[in-house]
Amino acid sequence: MEHYNMNLTLKVWKQKNTNAQGGFETYSVKNISSEMSFLEMFDVLNEQLINEGKEPVAFDHDCREGICGMCSMHINGRAHGPWAGTTTCQLHMRAFKDGDTITVEPWRSGAFPVLKDLTVDRTAFDRIIEAGGYISVNTGNAQDANCLPVDKHSADLAFAAAACIGCGACVAACKNSSAMLFVSAKVSQLALLPQGDPERKTRALNMVAQMDKEGFGSCTNTGACEAECPKEISLTNIARLNREFIGAGFTSEK
Amino acid sequence: MLNAKIPAGPLNNKWEDYKGHCKLVNPANKRSLEVIVIGTGLAGASAAASLGELGYKVKAFCFQDSPRRAHSIAAQGGINAAKNYQNDGDSVFRLFYDTVKGGDYRAREANVHRLAEVSGNIIDQCVAQGVPFAREYGGLLSNRSFGGTQVQRTFYAAGQTGQQLLLGAYSALERQVALGNVKMYSRHEMLDIVKIDGKARGIIARDLVTGELERHFGHAVLICSGGYGNVFYLSTNAMGSNVTAAWKATQNGAYFANPCFTQIHPTCIPVSGDHQSKLTLMSESLRNDGRIWVPKKQNDTRKASDIPEDERDYYLERRYPAFGNLVPRDVASRAAKERCDAGYGVGTSKQAVYLDFAAAIERYGNIEAGKRQLSNLSKAEIIKLGKEVVAEKYGNLFDMYAKITGENPYEQPMRIYPAVHYTMGGLWVDYELKTTVDGLYSLGEANFSDHGANRLGASALMQGLADGYFVIPYTLGNYLADEIRTKPIPTDHPAFVEAENKVKSTLSKLMSIKGTKSVDHFHKKLGKIMWDKCGMARNEQGLKEAIEEIKALRAEFWKDVRIPGSENEFNPELEKAGRVADFLELGELMCIDALHRRESCGGHFREESQTPDGEAQRDDANFSYVAAWEYKGDGQYELHKEPLEFVECKPTQRSYK
Repeated sequence: MEHYNMNLTLKVWKQKNTNAQGGFETYSVKNISSEMSFLEMFDVLNEQLINEGKEPVAFDHDCREGICGMCSMHINGRAHGPWAGTTTCQLHMRAFKDGDTITVEPWRSGAFPVLKDLTVDRTAFDRIIEAGGYISVNTGNAQDANCLPVDKHSADLAFAAAACIGCGACVAACKNSSAMLFVSAKVSQLALLPQGDPERKTRALNMVAQMDKEGFGSCTNTGACEAECPKEISLTNIARLNREFIGAGFTSEK
Repeated sequence: MLNAKIPAGPLNNKWEDYKGHCKLVNPANKRSLEVIVIGTGLAGASAAASLGELGYKVKAFCFQDSPRRAHSIAAQGGINAAKNYQNDGDSVFRLFYDTVKGGDYRAREANVHRLAEVSGNIIDQCVAQGVPFAREYGGLLSNRSFGGTQVQRTFYAAGQTGQQLLLGAYSALERQVALGNVKMYSRHEMLDIVKIDGKARGIIARDLVTGELERHFGHAVLICSGGYGNVFYLSTNAMGSNVTAAWKATQNGAYFANPCFTQIHPTCIPVSGDHQSKLTLMSESLRNDGRIWVPKKQNDTRKASDIPEDERDYYLERRYPAFGNLVPRDVASRAAKERCDAGYGVGTSKQAVYLDFAAAIERYGNIEAGKRQLSNLSKAEIIKLGKEVVAEKYGNLFDMYAKITGENPYEQPMRIYPAVHYTMGGLWVDYELKTTVDGLYSLGEANFSDHGANRLGASALMQGLADGYFVIPYTLGNYLADEIRTKPIPTDHPAFVEAENKVKSTLSKLMSIKGTKSVDHFHKKLGKIMWDKCGMARNEQGLKEAIEEIKALRAEFWKDVRIPGSENEFNPELEKAGRVADFLELGELMCIDALHRRESCGGHFREESQTPDGEAQRDDANFSYVAAWEYKGDGQYELHKEPLEFVECKPTQRSYK
């Protein structure tokens, strides 16, 4: 692959803290290599800002290999930018060309308040998991692992749902700020496995209730979440969640 | 002399005996005992969850925005367990033996044996939590091979095993949060330990969003903060991975053991330029099927596809016919460096070797054609079938490689080079995982205990979860049983005030420097010194130079670092500065340790100590001990030794030939 360098204009959301008024700042960066990752380009920007005596841009990032789910930039109107199935940290500058203007915003959702610049608070996701995204088994309770065969098809589907990294791109991409893809991935993973069966009704009901309480919007089956999900979590998980939820609503004793 | 408090009796019975005789705490008393857990990776999350289940009052801290993001999440290949589901000769003893041998006889036998004993329970526990391990068509669990072993004992979930295990531990943790047994503090960083009457009694933490300092009391403190590979700047660690918690423990009297034992992983994507911020691992599982080679001709500039088979040097298969491409990591890394240094490297930088799947793709294609009873297929059709099989096994890794390099690994071999990955050294702990400070424990990668001088693949996940799920619930109780009369100490106690003032003054000092260079500038410089002089090969002269260079760099840092913003707000540059300040001290200690250990062993390769054919040469007569360093103030350390005794595994020259 040919390598090239580029000069770019960046329009970046700056916001001092949750309560402050935010706005776009315009920066230019030069000689950006096509081999850099998008976040390495931000490293260059921040180094430049520090050298100029200005405040760098705060953004979340950690593993930089697409698995921790911490990075979270809305790039040119798309969660995690232009590449399908890719987190911000795995987006590389090959995706852009010399002279481009790139607009970078934080996730936009009432349930994800901005902490500073591009950093948002996603603890709502933790609270949804607390509501039921687990199997109640204490350490030491387990039987031998192979006493519980799981047919390969279900195991593979459960794994595909479990690949969710909890980044929140689905919420950021959704016009309603719905967290249905996130919730459905966890409910599906556990509903597809025999271990998850005893708590499946309360899990679906409680996780959805917590999602609503956190202020996430409703699902209108647009599919933007699936299109922007860096782990390509399937929309069929939402259909499964709806089945689980409705079924639980009809048959639950509570 | 350090006392590891290893229980008496035969190796097989030590852990059973310990469990049978350790002190217990009754449920009513557990409710009034408070435990602080630093870090929420596999070790921290599993410990916090298990202790919460037992009824202790737990506070867990992580610097990330959620406990689910700890860097255990990035582990790819798998987790070992001596289940012997494959009927291929595995046993607790084999896993124990492989681990001690793989660690080049620098690990403590009793700890490693316990690890092997509980390994099977880990798999049971994870499956019960709903961890979606790979399965066979019959519904039972699947296994694969990893380096340094001749059995298939590695359980996996595609190339995302760490993620799935961590999400399992995280869900157990969140369940305890919901039940009120664990209080979670995310976006918090521990900045000091509070000691009262010689015992760890709490911490000072900084709320990273507001910048406020907080005091937290605990009857015990568990450091589960991971490894220190980021001292090299470039590593496979997450950007935030740091040594700060372990280093504050060191400054408070916990000894730091074997700091120079670092693992350089053989299969990582090579550095592409000065902008590089981290290195990405390509899982060791790829060496199951990939063949590693370089051209037989020096400075060969042909494309890989233009180099005929007989002009390729499959140097691992040539040098190590018994283990081939699956030799342990330290051996594979050194062999790659040797070829590149000798002028056989590939790619523009010449600091890379090929990892080639062409043979595997063809082999799988033929097998698949046989399964489907297809005959008379063209080579292209066979390769198409083979690519589908390889995609199912390693698809996410191949995709990641393609995104980072812009090259298609299905069509041309991957270029790989060794990179810093894991640190075997860490806080010295005894058999109970207690440091040299009472009430202060260390679990997982943050301690030194199980991997000796080299860790085998798929063993880090095993150790983190063993420590958290199955060891600490017993050993911590043995300590806390004597603490049931200790009432929670109010945080206005002078020790808390003093510790907080110390942290405050360090932060103010950092902010007041207002120098000219960014934190990253110093971190990169430190990384280069460490990689050049305390990396894959070390020698006396280089290490002596490195110590002087690090001292000078540290002095410059404290005079010239520039940190924008203030300490009373969300300030990522200030967070980094504190971590780099600690790395600047640890780096020096690593060089001191590497200089004093005049033998080669595992990942520690002293050029002065090698066999005639270039393998690491141990010196058991003089160095069969754990080197535990006591902090004595700025740049001063005193060496304490824990002699290693090998009863079951007699040390031999490690051979994989």
